[in-house]
Amino acid sequence: MADNKGVLVLCETKEGKLASISAELLGGGSKLAKDLGQELSAVLVGSGVGDLAQEAIAYGADKVYVVDDPLLKDYQTDSYVPVMEKVAKQAMPQVLIMGQTSTGRDLAPRLAFRLNTAAALGCLEVAIDPQSKKLLQTKPVYGGNAQAVFTSESFPQIATIRPKAMAPLEPDQSRKGEVINVDAALDPSAIRTKVLEKVPEEVEGIKLEDAEVVVSGGRGIGNAEGFTQLEELAKILKGAVGATRPPVDNGWVPTGAQVGLTGKIVTPELYIAVALSGSSQHMSGCSSSKTIVAINKDPEANIFREARFGVVGDWKKIVPAFTEKLKELLAK
Amino acid sequence: MNMIVCIKQVIDPEAPPASFKIDPSGNKVVPPAGVSPVVDPYAEYAVEAALKVKDASGGKITAISLGSNQFRDIVKKPLAMGADELILLEDEAFDESDSWSTAYALAMAIKKIGEYDIIFCGREASDWNAGQVGSGIAEILGLPSVTLAGKVDAADGKVKVQRKTDEGYEVVEVSLPCLITASNEIGEPRYPTIKGIMGAKKKEPVVWKPADIGVEAAQIGASGRHTMLLKLFQPVREGKCEVIEGDSLEEAAANLAVKLREAKVL
Repeated sequence: MADNKGVLVLCETKEGKLASISAELLGGGSKLAKDLGQELSAVLVGSGVGDLAQEAIAYGADKVYVVDDPLLKDYQTDSYVPVMEKVAKQAMPQVLIMGQTSTGRDLAPRLAFRLNTAAALGCLEVAIDPQSKKLLQTKPVYGGNAQAVFTSESFPQIATIRPKAMAPLEPDQSRKGEVINVDAALDPSAIRTKVLEKVPEEVEGIKLEDAEVVVSGGRGIGNAEGFTQLEELAKILKGAVGATRPPVDNGWVPTGAQVGLTGKIVTPELYIAVALSGSSQHMSGCSSSKTIVAINKDPEANIFREARFGVVGDWKKIVPAFTEKLKELLAK
Repeated sequence: MNMIVCIKQVIDPEAPPASFKIDPSGNKVVPPAGVSPVVDPYAEYAVEAALKVKDASGGKITAISLGSNQFRDIVKKPLAMGADELILLEDEAFDESDSWSTAYALAMAIKKIGEYDIIFCGREASDWNAGQVGSGIAEILGLPSVTLAGKVDAADGKVKVQRKTDEGYEVVEVSLPCLITASNEIGEPRYPTIKGIMGAKKKEPVVWKPADIGVEAAQIGASGRHTMLLKLFQPVREGKCEVIEGDSLEEAAANLAVKLREAKVL
């Protein structure tokens, strides 16, 4: 296994461009490659993706493997796994990282089993151990109650990384790199699934995962009308509204608004937690927010242990006054 | 339609965060005193997905659970919800499994069951949040898989799955037999009925030991792991919440807005 060298990053594309997660992974991957003293490679898989190789190089890749085939237009387990198996066997990386996306979450474990190696999904941080030179994979477990550091003896060491956990490098269009085309050589009859339709999520305003500010409410909001006040606050902050599980279960907000272990993971600059206790199930979806602000009537609520700023009291009195004051301050 | 659902007994993820403790050995969690374990919530979504298929087109559901010290009252919940059979892979040799050793043992047990059209798993389990066992089973058994399912419709030997994606969802058609992992979009798992609970009480699970499924000690539990847990820790919370006050709540609220501005958060 001493033959495995370097870091390989799976680059996903979105609307004909490199997806933001890919630039992040190349940024984080550069650091890993540097710590190993080895190369950073990228792999582009899809249909009509070859043109993006230079972009991957600009973001830090030394080498780009391109697998371009009409059969790879949509992500499907049965087409992407054999292609990635082929690239992994050709590139022989020590480390393979992907995004914690719907693609990475499906591809990483299945590929790990196929290559008889191990993966860690949803990592917050990965680093090269200075002694063993192994990849150390840190991820939340027990719904965010704890974090675990894993490693493995087999190569490639595979990890999926949460969005926004790594920072992209400034792209340098003058960087030079090597582009290697790999033939997909897929047998269409071996693809046992068919993507019939893609339905984008309907969101009014800003998507929860992309919002810089998230205003979330819990059980204490009490009803759907209560959430309209949170929407007003979110609107003036150009943010989005989230929720814990009870408001979703009670139908006060749509399922897509749920933040937490069984919902979405958000990492905004500002997370305003209103009338929610801060259960670990919820916190695992928002604890990486830069600043957490808590508004809760219970001073003992767990959310005050997570928050940077807080006000203790009835949200019904606090939120309108807070909203008004912000309007005034932001108008200046 | 023959369906198999993989379930798991876990520490109740809804237990108060303060009750969460890590063993001094630094590699396992101490079950909180006085808090009963539960069926993993994601596994319940998997059971619900299978029950919805059974509601629509009939079939048989076999639940299978791996571990040691499985409380019968807990792991019988799928039976109470409407599953037909329960198989327990129960032995201390299964302890400290990772995704590899779990998927391997479950795949071997599923092979022994023999007849199946759909295998359901939760998209991950609420304890280690690994999210790999379903894909692992599919790979070992050579089956097509669809992960992150929000809805499953089975008709005429074809299965259509609404698979959650980062953009929304996609509808994927998959051939049988296949493996599907269920996400929370499946919808709230049903409560067991009184009749279901009574039926489950009377039903004894089938217990299989490693030898019954033809696995070697080296391939299961801690010996079969591909991952090494180096450290398990509780992230230190700063716990430095600055509580903003005022003569009234309204004033405190206004002061909070000013504070956020001053701290350049906004």
